[in-house]
Amino acid sequence: MTRKILIFAADMAYRALDQAGLLHVHYSPNTVIIRIPCASMLRPDLILHAFQSGFDAVFVASSGPDCPFMGQECVGKTAKRIEKAYELLDEHGIDRNRLVVAGVCSTCVETILGTVERLEEVVGE
Amino acid sequence: MTERTKIGVYVCHCGGNISDYVDVEKVVDSVKDLPNVAVARHFVFMCSEAGQQLIKDDIKNLGLDGVVVASCSPHLHEKTFRDAAKAAGLNPYLLEHVCIREHSSWVHSDNREGATRKATWIVKTAIAKISLARELQPIRLDVEREAIVIGGGIAGLRCAIDLARAGSTVHLIESSPFLGGRVPQIYKLYPSGKSGCEIVEELIDEIKRYPNIKIYTNAEILSAGGAIGDFKVTVKVNPRYVGKVSDDVIAKCPVEVPDEFNYGLTKRKAIYKREHSYPDIPVIDMDACTKCGECNPDFDQQPQTIELKGSLIVLATGFKPYEPEEGEFGYKVHDGVITLPVFERLLALSDGKLEYNGKEVRDIAFIYCVGSRNEEHEYCSRYCCVATLNASLGALEKFDGLRAYHIYRDIRAYGKYETYYEEAGKKKMLFIKYDPEEPPVVEKSGNKLIVRVKDLLTAGEELEVPVDLVVLSVGMLPEMSEVFTMLRVPFSRDGFLQEVHPKLRPVETAIGGVLLAGACQGPKDTVEATASASAAVAKADTYLVKGYAELEPFIAEIDPEKCDGCEECVGECPTSAISIKDGKAVVNEALCKGCGACGGVCPTKAINLRGYYYDQLEKMIDSVGGD
Repeated sequence: MTRKILIFAADMAYRALDQAGLLHVHYSPNTVIIRIPCASMLRPDLILHAFQSGFDAVFVASSGPDCPFMGQECVGKTAKRIEKAYELLDEHGIDRNRLVVAGVCSTCVETILGTVERLEEVVGE
Repeated sequence: MTERTKIGVYVCHCGGNISDYVDVEKVVDSVKDLPNVAVARHFVFMCSEAGQQLIKDDIKNLGLDGVVVASCSPHLHEKTFRDAAKAAGLNPYLLEHVCIREHSSWVHSDNREGATRKATWIVKTAIAKISLARELQPIRLDVEREAIVIGGGIAGLRCAIDLARAGSTVHLIESSPFLGGRVPQIYKLYPSGKSGCEIVEELIDEIKRYPNIKIYTNAEILSAGGAIGDFKVTVKVNPRYVGKVSDDVIAKCPVEVPDEFNYGLTKRKAIYKREHSYPDIPVIDMDACTKCGECNPDFDQQPQTIELKGSLIVLATGFKPYEPEEGEFGYKVHDGVITLPVFERLLALSDGKLEYNGKEVRDIAFIYCVGSRNEEHEYCSRYCCVATLNASLGALEKFDGLRAYHIYRDIRAYGKYETYYEEAGKKKMLFIKYDPEEPPVVEKSGNKLIVRVKDLLTAGEELEVPVDLVVLSVGMLPEMSEVFTMLRVPFSRDGFLQEVHPKLRPVETAIGGVLLAGACQGPKDTVEATASASAAVAKADTYLVKGYAELEPFIAEIDPEKCDGCEECVGECPTSAISIKDGKAVVNEALCKGCGACGGVCPTKAINLRGYYYDQLEKMIDSVGGD
């Protein structure tokens, strides 16, 4: 079965994914993009659900401090969700390295490429 | 909730942009038999009239209860397709637009199988989402006829007038002590042939006729925030330290400093005003003032802090000319190497004969593309070719016996401005094309400057051009302002402010209600800057004149059955939109911006974000997780 990485893309990160397309750069196609307004809406149990459902890795692509809803505050709020998600992963024996969060501004194409590459290495071929 | 079972799926080829790399037939085959899908089709251009009609016909004829369109980014055409669904009688929020072009075909053009699989996954998540979609209604928001324009240059002036004409109250904020911006510094504008001063003076005269335009000069922005319909900007209006006084009083000032308006070609007093500008009240430059008291100053004047409100904000913050590095084409190393904006002032100020630093100018070399089209600034500044040709023609017209050499990379005299290029040829000006790999070198030789350049037009022959003045045709850089960060307006790669889409939403930013006018968006000449200003106002008036805005319905929704009033969400909300009433959380719809942070912390799972219900997200995950 193909390895799958789930990308939760918040507003700015979604734009960065658009930008990656405009620039015609390449990253792994083993990625599924789910658009959300802001990473702070992610309930930790939803992240666990992704693993239980069959995803091998989850990339929470938040808007970082560029969040159009709350700017800098987004970083702390999202970190709280992810911290709880890590605890859930520990409880269920899932490798923490399979979950990555990064702030992705609307032009942060490199962050997307780098994070996806890192997760590809973690989950293997 | 009951699932939607008559979903139509439409996969776009985008003329080949998608179908060259994604097997669209295979995508359709993979989803057409899914339990919630009634019909799945692919089509060459879904956004075309025919493509939209296809969706509309299916909604009507097949009684679709949901639609998925997989094509370009929803930032481009989500609205197009939602409008089409609405026109066919379907609630527009029962349509999901997903991206398989930017997010699949264009990034996986090296892997057809992978691109096709990913596109299928994305379509499956969208079907899952729509199968649980609820009907939603847009939120209607009252918009008062009051707008804030930031920047008092030509674009800001144009905006203020056009907004005021339609009856709105306008707050025009300018950081410098006088209105007008950079245009009054231009000797003669193309294509009108009028001076920058004249054009701006006409606009300022018109501004004065509108009592509904409130002007704040010498004003710093302390804070800016809010959202469409409800922006707040706090300005600090700095004191001028003097009232209206006569020119004789100004002349008494014993201090003389270089006049920045003329790039130091002339001096001004510590107390000064600008001709043809607004206000007609001078200002005292406190860095230069010796407090001698000759001009009847009032040093007790205090800065005033004013809170302004506006339904919309237009940013018209303009540009600044590129300042060459020391030594770049001899700049600041050899006397007689100046930039185009300085040359414009020199032309305006000189009479009888053209002199620079006391020396008569007979031969001028214009070097093009300085600070543009290089590694640091990749873009073409677009105004400079025509502006340089125009300035050279203006110089030859005003002063007899000048000779001009145009040392260029490419001449981009587009549209009707081609005639300026032709005219320069007719006036026997010489054009020398240089290779950016081997740019011209400026040296000093006795009384003259020598421009050493290999001319591509004569097969790389090395020429030595002796001149008295070298004019560097400098590009445009964005004029930065803290207000950009305060409002969180995104920048493009070249540092200018970015519109949502260059063709589909050319004057709007990602921040709803913040519009762009003039060169803050990218290099523009005055014609383009004023056109974009009027365009921004036309867009603004679609809200201001209508009196309301319709916002997306994606706000928090609380299930009172599940809510136990724990107040976790109250503290989490960045806009204080949630309060507790009768032991249950309640959302203020006008304040909620739709981030969903409240849902992220609700321990009883009582909160959902409309359009992104958690059961939808779970099903989206499941639709691909098991694949």
